[in-house]
Amino acid sequence: MALAKAINESLRKALESDPKVLIMGEDVGKLGGVFRVTDGLQKDFGEDRVIDTPLAESGIVGTAIGLALRGYRPVVEIQFDGFVFPAYDQIVTQLAKMHARALGKIKLPIVIRIPYGGGIGAVEHHSESPEALFAHVAGLKVVSPANASDAYWMMQQAIQSNDPVIFFEPKRRYWDKAEVDVEAIPGPLHKAKVVREGTDLTLAAYGPMVKLCLEVANAAAEEGRSLEVLDLRSVSPLDFDTVQASVEKTRRLVVVHEAPVFFGSGAEIAARITERCFYHLEAPVLRVGGYHAPYPPARLEDEYLPSLDRVLDAVDRSFAY
Amino acid sequence: MTVESTAARKPRRSAGSKTGTTRTTAQSADAPAVDAPATAAKRVTAKRAATKKPAAKPAGTGADPDLVQLLTPEGRRIKNAAYDPYVAALTSDELRGLYRDMVLTRRFDAEATSLQRQGELGLWASLLGQEAAQIGSGRATRPDDYVFPTYREHGVAWCRDVDPTNLLGMFRGVNNGGWDPSINNFHLYTIVIGSQTLHATGYAMGVAKDGADSAVIAYFGDGASSQGDVAESFTFASVYNAPVVFFCQNNQWAISEPTERQTRVPLYQRAQGYGFPGVRVDGNDVLAVLAVTRWALERARRGEGPTLVEAFTYRMGDHTTSDDASRYRHDDERVAWEAKDPIARLRTYLEASNHADEGFFAELEAESESLGRRVREVVRAMPDPDPFAMFEHTYADGHALVDEERAQFAAYQASFADVEEA
Ligand SMILES: Cc1ncc(C[n+]2csc(CCOP(=O)(O)OP(=O)(O)O)c2C)c(N)n1
Repeated sequence: MALAKAINESLRKALESDPKVLIMGEDVGKLGGVFRVTDGLQKDFGEDRVIDTPLAESGIVGTAIGLALRGYRPVVEIQFDGFVFPAYDQIVTQLAKMHARALGKIKLPIVIRIPYGGGIGAVEHHSESPEALFAHVAGLKVVSPANASDAYWMMQQAIQSNDPVIFFEPKRRYWDKAEVDVEAIPGPLHKAKVVREGTDLTLAAYGPMVKLCLEVANAAAEEGRSLEVLDLRSVSPLDFDTVQASVEKTRRLVVVHEAPVFFGSGAEIAARITERCFYHLEAPVLRVGGYHAPYPPARLEDEYLPSLDRVLDAVDRSFAY
Repeated sequence: MTVESTAARKPRRSAGSKTGTTRTTAQSADAPAVDAPATAAKRVTAKRAATKKPAAKPAGTGADPDLVQLLTPEGRRIKNAAYDPYVAALTSDELRGLYRDMVLTRRFDAEATSLQRQGELGLWASLLGQEAAQIGSGRATRPDDYVFPTYREHGVAWCRDVDPTNLLGMFRGVNNGGWDPSINNFHLYTIVIGSQTLHATGYAMGVAKDGADSAVIAYFGDGASSQGDVAESFTFASVYNAPVVFFCQNNQWAISEPTERQTRVPLYQRAQGYGFPGVRVDGNDVLAVLAVTRWALERARRGEGPTLVEAFTYRMGDHTTSDDASRYRHDDERVAWEAKDPIARLRTYLEASNHADEGFFAELEAESESLGRRVREVVRAMPDPDPFAMFEHTYADGHALVDEERAQFAAYQASFADVEEA
């Protein structure tokens, strides 16, 4: 099943099993969303459950907060990463903090779905990776699946979460297919996974970069290097224990994400792992990601995004210490 | 970076690298339809459904008493005491000019659409059907006025003398803008819906502070009217009496959502709540649009503050080349609007009133052909940008981190050349 379809099936299951679940967003109904992630849901659940909203992101998130106060569980779609900012005020100043302000008496079980990241040749504002801007905010949980199976299960768990979850969907992987066992018992939402075992260096990634890291590990294996690949799955909270265990084994860590490196999630991982594993590390924790520049026009995105070569280059640099 | 070093660059190990792979543009994902059975969880609370059709759907025909129209869909000139004076002095030359603008804009648009189909552009947002709204309003502006477009204002750009091929860079993916806005007082396209209406208002506040008598015009869609930024721009413009014209092209659709999904009152009536006038004009009638926009711009220049103009028109094509309008709208709607075509309407009028002869139309056809050819040639010859362009212009004053990353990037690029030589 393709990753987009897995999310669709997951939303369908949530709508079926809980009458309080609502889907909201621009074009999510009749059109099924610009990526067709909500395809067919309005047809089957009606305009009351799958709601085409006015073109207003602050409105979408702000009203979702009100609906959640009234006992609903809205799953809202932001059409593209670059369009979340009109809603950023509602997310940061209201959604993230209301639980604490109400001394825990208010719960806001809202999922904000954001297709994110580049690699699809889109125009401005359609390829951004703003996860660090959300992870930095206390009160929000931030996750990103890397494959169809996780997309299915993590969406179930995000909807069941009593905290707001920012659900970053790796849009360049929407059409990647994988087995999805809809009967399985999923692991915890915020636990990282070792997706490839290795002994010489750890690659840590999430979302769209996990697949790239697996390709890197294959390429490195041909050169006699055994790389371990971690799929972090959750950016906030981040499962440092799994990263630590891996780094204690391999002694080297390279973090890969599409977002700019400067003040990015890699910086947090590097700092914490350096604290936790200082005496195990053979090299500083290295990061591969975007540059401190606006996301470039499509014809340059291959230069901007982490590529097989750029990650291998970082691997080489780590071994050079 | 030199040309040589680019040429020398070969991926070291990425046999499966992305170079040369076919891209899928964002919205082209057309996942197979979900064939699930209707489910028991379907709950209809019809009584309270927020989806009932509004009682008074904004009317869209010439029969609408609130719609300013000077040329009927059949091309007949009708009288309008209030707005006739704004087009009374138009010469035959000027009337033919409006026609020429619309024809060439449509031709440019069609060329861009086919260039997208041929893979030369990543995306295109067509203005098909909206030529009169854009040319009428664009021609109403003066060179010292300032225009804030969204991303579909190719006809307005034409009126502002922006070389149409400049508009294609961002759709081809070679830049995120493509022109110097200060040359033609035509701001960069804005993709985040509604943002530019605030910029326009602020600019207009500046114009007023400077005591200048120019005006500002901000374009946006019916969908955009829902954004907080647009509401806030109305507030600021009204409170500061800013010389700005809000020009809403109501083309009936915001991607898949009809105007009723954005508003329950006709959009032009919104202005009333903010304390400035709103006018609905037939957006497919270039004369009426020209007249109404001139009126609104003159009000602004006289210090009488903002105006909302709602140009009632129709998006004949898909939202963009990534969209598939057949999923959400009926063909008969389009067919009905075809009968109101802005270009055919003016042609009938020009012929009937002897403002243009066969020779004019033939010449224009030839001009249109050569514009098409030029656009094709320029686009195909558009080079990919230098990778180092990424690091340019992030800051006006330079930034140590950018310098450091640029140097790292250069070293990384150079490593490929080394491998080649070795
Ligand atoms: C803030 C924001 N949200 C969502 C989008 C995605 N989007 C692009 S165009 C569009 C519809 C715009 O409709 P309208 O304002 O009526 O203008 P039109 O394209 O019809 O001219 C949407 C939802 C966006 N560009 N910006």
